[in-house]
Amino acid sequence: MEYLPNILFGVILFAGVGYFVRNVQKLQRNIKLGNDVDVNDNKAQRWKNMLKIALGQTKMVVRPIAGLMHIIVYVGFVIINIEVLEIIIDGLLGTHRIFAPLGIVYDFLIGSFEVLALLVIIAVVVFWLRRNVIRLQRFVKPEMEGWPKKDGNLILYIELVLMFLFLTMNAADFQLQQLGAAHYEQAGAFPVSQFLLPIFDGMSISTVILIERIAWWAHIIGILFFLNYLYYSKHLHILLAFPNTYYGKLGPLGKFSNVEAVTNEVKLMLDPTADPFAAPADDAAEPGKFGASDVMDLNWVQLLNAYTCTECGRCTSECPANQTGKKLSPRKIMMDTRDRLEEVGKNIDANQGKFVPDGKQLLDDYITKEELWACTTCNACVQACPVSIDPLSIIVEMRRYLVMEQSAAPTELNNMMSNIENNGAPWPYNQMDRLNWVNE
Amino acid sequence: MSEALVVKTMEEFVAQGKQPEILFWVGSAGSYDDRAKKISRAFVKILNKASVDFAVLGSEESCTGDVAKRAGNEFLFQMQAMMNIEVLNGYEIKRIVTCDPHSFNTLKNEYPSLGGKYDVVHHTQYIKELLDSGRLSLEGQVYKEKRITFHDPCYLGRANAVYDAPREILKKTNADIVEMKRHKKTALCCGAGGAQMFKEPEKGDMDINVLRTKDALETNPNIIATGCPYCNTMMTDGIKAHEKEASIAVLDVAELIANSI
Ligand code: SF4
Ligand code: SF4
Repeated sequence: MEYLPNILFGVILFAGVGYFVRNVQKLQRNIKLGNDVDVNDNKAQRWKNMLKIALGQTKMVVRPIAGLMHIIVYVGFVIINIEVLEIIIDGLLGTHRIFAPLGIVYDFLIGSFEVLALLVIIAVVVFWLRRNVIRLQRFVKPEMEGWPKKDGNLILYIELVLMFLFLTMNAADFQLQQLGAAHYEQAGAFPVSQFLLPIFDGMSISTVILIERIAWWAHIIGILFFLNYLYYSKHLHILLAFPNTYYGKLGPLGKFSNVEAVTNEVKLMLDPTADPFAAPADDAAEPGKFGASDVMDLNWVQLLNAYTCTECGRCTSECPANQTGKKLSPRKIMMDTRDRLEEVGKNIDANQGKFVPDGKQLLDDYITKEELWACTTCNACVQACPVSIDPLSIIVEMRRYLVMEQSAAPTELNNMMSNIENNGAPWPYNQMDRLNWVNE
Repeated sequence: MSEALVVKTMEEFVAQGKQPEILFWVGSAGSYDDRAKKISRAFVKILNKASVDFAVLGSEESCTGDVAKRAGNEFLFQMQAMMNIEVLNGYEIKRIVTCDPHSFNTLKNEYPSLGGKYDVVHHTQYIKELLDSGRLSLEGQVYKEKRITFHDPCYLGRANAVYDAPREILKKTNADIVEMKRHKKTALCCGAGGAQMFKEPEKGDMDINVLRTKDALETNPNIIATGCPYCNTMMTDGIKAHEKEASIAVLDVAELIANSI
């Protein structure tokens, strides 16, 4: 019976981590539904981007208040998690504060965790106010209604609870140390939680131990819960921001991909020696579909983008179309892509690993033509995204489908394009008159 | 414009067995749009003044296909690109200058993998070169103490990170360069890109160019400077919407420089 807590801890830890691993596998499978894309170039630059943008948060501080608060929460979370290591070892071995022999280093560590915890609490409160009281415009757009809004707040509540549990645990421990309770040796510094001590005034040692234990267990269970909540939340970005900034777009933002399948066809058409009636070679792959009407037509980096999106709305708040009341919102493009991808993933789960057409697709059922045609391809969204997401590439891929597979461009654009075909200019002027401007 | 401009085609250069220093890519707007034609003429005036040995393709030039590509017609884009590349490579073109950031972007970034590799510069960068090397100098002071605000074209600025060249040459006119609140990386689009120039906007509560012109008006300018024929149209329509066309001019950087030499 003596080992019951250790065994219980082991089981909870195993279940928590196991479920998380299962979700990560599902995530990987879903992302791999996307087309292949070559991102093996420029490894040095990619590492640099990841270090700068994800680890260094260089794009977050473009907006100083949100940026600073975010860095506090981020640093706080990463560092306080060192404490989790100790909790896990203690839990498995039945020890108490196994790192305590580090002495002054330990005092310093625990002390800084506490200060960070306090800062995190402050930042979380500010974040909550921005979302719910100040109601910053970018947090109240239509695509944020329902779950996304709840998700945003829930994360803040979880963080708050975790920080309070951590401080309560420390405060109780400190109290026990001072009361000279068995197993609670003097260790650690408690610059913040010391102020919580009056709570325990007059409580018996066993009551304080009970509180300490409850806070300890709740803290670690809370962390495991949070770990598993990520998959269902925009909070996935705390993990995916790293690969996403690594695989993010390199080079000039104005450079759009050239579709290779089109290149091959165009070359064939322009090649005077090619026989247009030649039967296609037997091994020729079936010509793929041009552009994207569903998530499987996008490439896997675009799908990774969708899972990484933090729904911060920085893209949307910079979007000229959105600012002038159009339906287009680059954030919604990313959220729709993720929602549809999740739907496809569930479909695969329910059908023994095979996708069974469900009569739905990303185009029309999620993203409308009206949104797609409102984009000016200005790249403001790409520039603004703090985690290197490229909503524009998805918009263009879907326009490609509309134009090349469906001939469904707005009439004026069809006119423009037939002018280019016939006259080499988007207007109906004669190519022979190209130089008339010189003498006008 | 009264002065005669000297413009030779590649065909003429080849007939004389010569290669030009640069090829001036005029672009469809610069060739056919009434307002943009003036920008082409202003730029040629500068080139003539600096005695630059340049050529144009004339009737051998065709749309770069940029606008088709942004509209999603990759097929048409690549057809146009490959036809143009055939002409450009046939003439062994090395260096291209253009007044249109959209042509600039696609020639520079999207033509190379299709076989067209050139050194492509925007006209503001080229004018800066001419000024820096002393081939061109500004004497006129017409814009002295005028307030000029520069609107960053998306395909020059954000798309290719060219922010300084236009500002540096504008400063040489001795004008007061005033910045809009959102400029450079955070500049707002004029609303023309992505093929919007050729269609009506989607339903909304305002037109993008009107919003962008509002940004410009906040700087209380005498002149709004542009570096793109489409931005020019958009901003011109924008000041009309704000009923400011009598007091504020919209001019391309090339025109401001041409008027200062
Ligand atoms: S590229 Fe399109 S979606 Fe992105 S900000 Fe510009 S108009 Fe909006
Ligand atoms: S795409 Fe980027 S900027 Fe836009 S909401 Fe998602 S994370 Fe934020």
